[in-house]
Amino acid sequence: MNVINNKWIGSRTIRPDGADKVTGRASYSSDTNMPGMIWGKVLRSPHAHARIVSVDTSKAEALPGVKAVVTSKDLVEFPLDTAVMLGIQDMRWMSRNVMAREKALFHGHPIAAIAATTEAIAAEACRLIVVEYEILPHVIELEEAIKPDAPILHDFIQFDGKPSNIAGKLEHKLGDVDAGFAGADVIIERSFKTRPVHQGYLEPHSCLVSVSSDGKAVIWSSSQGQFMVRAMTGLLTGLPQSDIRAIPAEIGGGFGGKTIVYLEPVALILAKKSGRPVKMVMTREEVFRASGPTSGSMSTVKIGATKDGKIVAGQGIYYLQAGALPGSPIRGAAGCAFAPYDIPNVQTVGFDVVSNRSKVAAYRAPGAPIGAYAVECVLDEIAEALKMDPLELRLKNAAKQGTKAAHGPVYPVIGFVDTIEAALAHPHYKAPLGKHQGRGVASGFWFNAGGESSAQVNVTEDGNVVVTTGHPDVGGSRAAIANVTAELLGIDHKKVSVLIGDTATIGYSNLTGGSRVLFASAMVVTQSADKVITTLKERAAKIWKIDPEAVTWEDGEARPAGANAGQFPPMTLAQIAAKASETGGPIGAGVQLNTQGAEGGFATHICDVEVDLDLGIVRVLRYTSFQDVGRAVHPAYVEGQMQGGAAQGIGWALSEEYLYDKNGKMDNASFLDYRMPVCSDLPMLDTVMIEVPNPKHPQGVRGVGEVPLVPPLAAISNAVYHALGKRFYSLPMSPPRVLEVLDGV
Amino acid sequence: MTDIRYLAPRTLEEAVGAFAAAAGAARILAGGTDLLVQMRAGSARPGMIIDIKQISEMTSIEETADGGFRIGAAVSGAVMAEHPRFGQVWPGVLEAVNLIGSTQVQGRASAGGNLCNGSPAGDSVPAMIAAGAVVTIQGPNGRRQIPVEAVPAGPGRTTLTPGEILVSFTLPPRPKGSGDAYLRMIPRTEMDIAVVGVGVSLTLENGTVTAARVGLGAVAPTVLLVAGAANALIGSKLDDAAVEAAAAACRAACRPIDDKRGTIVYRIKVAGVLLKRATAIAADRAGKV
Ligand SMILES: Cc1cc2nc3c(=O)[nH]c(=O)nc-3n(C[C@H](O)[C@H](O)[C@H](O)COP(=O)(O)OP(=O)(O)OC[C@H]3O[C@@H](n4cnc5c(N)ncnc54)[C@H](O)[C@@H]3O)c2cc1C
Repeated sequence: MNVINNKWIGSRTIRPDGADKVTGRASYSSDTNMPGMIWGKVLRSPHAHARIVSVDTSKAEALPGVKAVVTSKDLVEFPLDTAVMLGIQDMRWMSRNVMAREKALFHGHPIAAIAATTEAIAAEACRLIVVEYEILPHVIELEEAIKPDAPILHDFIQFDGKPSNIAGKLEHKLGDVDAGFAGADVIIERSFKTRPVHQGYLEPHSCLVSVSSDGKAVIWSSSQGQFMVRAMTGLLTGLPQSDIRAIPAEIGGGFGGKTIVYLEPVALILAKKSGRPVKMVMTREEVFRASGPTSGSMSTVKIGATKDGKIVAGQGIYYLQAGALPGSPIRGAAGCAFAPYDIPNVQTVGFDVVSNRSKVAAYRAPGAPIGAYAVECVLDEIAEALKMDPLELRLKNAAKQGTKAAHGPVYPVIGFVDTIEAALAHPHYKAPLGKHQGRGVASGFWFNAGGESSAQVNVTEDGNVVVTTGHPDVGGSRAAIANVTAELLGIDHKKVSVLIGDTATIGYSNLTGGSRVLFASAMVVTQSADKVITTLKERAAKIWKIDPEAVTWEDGEARPAGANAGQFPPMTLAQIAAKASETGGPIGAGVQLNTQGAEGGFATHICDVEVDLDLGIVRVLRYTSFQDVGRAVHPAYVEGQMQGGAAQGIGWALSEEYLYDKNGKMDNASFLDYRMPVCSDLPMLDTVMIEVPNPKHPQGVRGVGEVPLVPPLAAISNAVYHALGKRFYSLPMSPPRVLEVLDGV
Repeated sequence: MTDIRYLAPRTLEEAVGAFAAAAGAARILAGGTDLLVQMRAGSARPGMIIDIKQISEMTSIEETADGGFRIGAAVSGAVMAEHPRFGQVWPGVLEAVNLIGSTQVQGRASAGGNLCNGSPAGDSVPAMIAAGAVVTIQGPNGRRQIPVEAVPAGPGRTTLTPGEILVSFTLPPRPKGSGDAYLRMIPRTEMDIAVVGVGVSLTLENGTVTAARVGLGAVAPTVLLVAGAANALIGSKLDDAAVEAAAAACRAACRPIDDKRGTIVYRIKVAGVLLKRATAIAADRAGKV
């Protein structure tokens, strides 16, 4: 582990992207334009489920201004019987999501695309495409989709030997749950439902693609991974990766929703066919109708405990909506549900269920909030049944170093207990409550991740430092990397500038997801900086004509290691940089690694609500998050992540949901009627960072971005119960639903 | 892809002339916070836009000789809020207008646009109805005055005839002991559309209600004047039975729909709840202790 004096790590430095974002200069993907650029638009299915009999584009092609047309025939065909995986994504589904092939599987499913000289002409040309559909019965809701007589989306999917909408199953097992329940004094089993919710990023998907006459393509787009964009676009269009350069734009939010492609392959083929750069920008309505929310769910959780509050068995059965094509985050639900606890007997099962909705995409700790919601609500009931404080119950059963989790690992040093103890000791937990007010608590776990990362650290001729990494910055990674680099090199953080490279200028880096970015990139930056320091010492040694081993690097200066090394005034990084050419050439180093050693993150939340009994409105009055953040390299950003997760959880619990009409069309595809919380809906979201450094990381980093969204659903539900004395088993707890329960309708 | 003509006349006569001549192809532009949104969504495709914000009668607030107010139809919410006396006399109307949208929207949005847009959920309308406001309308056949509640005809429709423009709202003089209030139910705290909105205006003498009006929004195809609720309050000392009877009258007046913004059952219940709460605020403002 590096010795760090913590001058910069842990300091709230000014974020490097701040000024541009505040003044509107930041360049998002739709800000990029090119001479000769034309516009692409997508024709989308007006039906929730229909066989595509024929697509006639001749009238559209004849419209003046139309330059190219794309249908599924132009994309690489991925036969249904062969999986082609890229990370967790199967290209069979990805290609059919980007452009419908055999069937339109949801309202809004792309059928064809047009490029024309203006957006308006492209839109009009889309209306001239004649599609013959054979309309099929559709199914939207989970409980309908798993019925034996439900309309089947995909004939090739079988479950229990029969065609089914259940596309997959995953199970985790530890010990013997039946034996565990047999030894329990209290057993509580409840069923829950949650609705699909959208990531709600402000910036719609968009891209600009240019293909030159020699077939080389450049893609400017907003995504959580330029290398993901390059790989998926390559696979779906048949281009080799070396012919695609993907340039990441500044990203206006992603939360997991930009870990897959929608537009890039389509724009690339339109650009190739037309010979013109093609720009595509989704409308907000398209974002809602056709980009991924996270799953809605149905679950049943059963927990058994002994009289003294020891949990002896836990079982969770989860059904998650995948949308129209397989791939819901059952691993997150089944894997994280009981992960905070040391329970000898655990069984979790996840089912992946397709229905005629847009395909889900990752959303901050995918699946984990659903897993935790059910478990943490049942734990509240167990605590009540045992007349135990709900935090004490969690403390008694908390996972610690050495605990074996049902999803596999044995935990190393973790800070879960610390989060509970901090919550118990916090003034919030003892603050008095008024009438119709209630307090709820819940905990949560997220895996976090490492994976591939590349970095290049270069010293400029004038003695500053440029760091290039390969992960789009959605959560403050540039600011944090600047802190890490300044710390390691011992220079002022203002001398460090951090950039995100494109696929041609930096080595492969896995996408920004899984709370991996700072963990992985700080590791490769640390190793790169170490190499740079070695070089700097060598150069000083050369100038002083002494042995490199006789030079040390301290406070941003090369110094003779001791009296024996000789008497030389220290040389700063800038002084060495000025002599770089004479002493051996430019100074810089890069490292590429598949980083290992990521460790899980834990959080415990306390929430106070007040309920308006006549209107059914639930307001969050006070909210405090306690999280083991490993090392807060840039505390303000860590707090921002914690607050953001809580805010999104409040929306999920109280107001957000997809509504469909009887034809299977989303009925609230706008921010007016898809109700994300606005600022005035939220109290100040308080945060308590607990630093239990990850021993396997040079700076002690754990991921911090996702676990903040795991506890809120249950923390809020439990708070509502304690305000009303009535339990809710379904989200969102919107005003009409609250009154239904209160009035017993 | 068609061209749009933009006109910004300085007189009402010019505006009415152009509006009538366009024979349905033109739209009036006040703040544009409804119209421009509709044009972007493609639901409105006017061939001509007539901006009325250059016409001084439509952008000014005047106190009338008898102590009432005349408010130009295109006066923005922000300008109304800055008036030194209006908000003291008609706090309920002002709070209703100021609930529309956000700070940015307030810089543009007008009560005239809110009314002429014809939404049953328009926030200023129930408050204006409760206030007993009368609107002045000018058209090819001259001027006329009608009560606010006579303007809405159904979702997105008004009783204005072709070529007619809403000029102003006239609010009557306020007797001593009067107060008004507007409350809406929205699931969020702002940036939302009323699921139910209730405006109440009261005049009290020695604790007894001598005059009352109630406007009810978002529960029927148009905003409603609920005479039954007002009658239940008039003559009472706002005792529980009278207020409960007024709430019942509001519930009975509801003819709502089940939609993404609220269920029938929910809207009906909330209409009664808001009536009670708005009445309490109005009474408080009227000076009842
Ligand atoms: C972000 C946002 C939030 C909003 N929030 C709310 C809200 O909380 N509550 C609410 O009620 N509304 C809300 N609205 C809708 C809108 O702001 C209001 O209805 C506003 O009062 C409209 O006024 P305007 O001056 O902008 O009207 P405009 O858009 O200019 O006009 C609206 C309609 O009335 C017609 N019109 C306007 N003036 C006249 C006139 N003098 N004579 C004849 N016809 C006329 C126009 O042709 C048009 O059809 C919101 C809108 C936005 C964009």
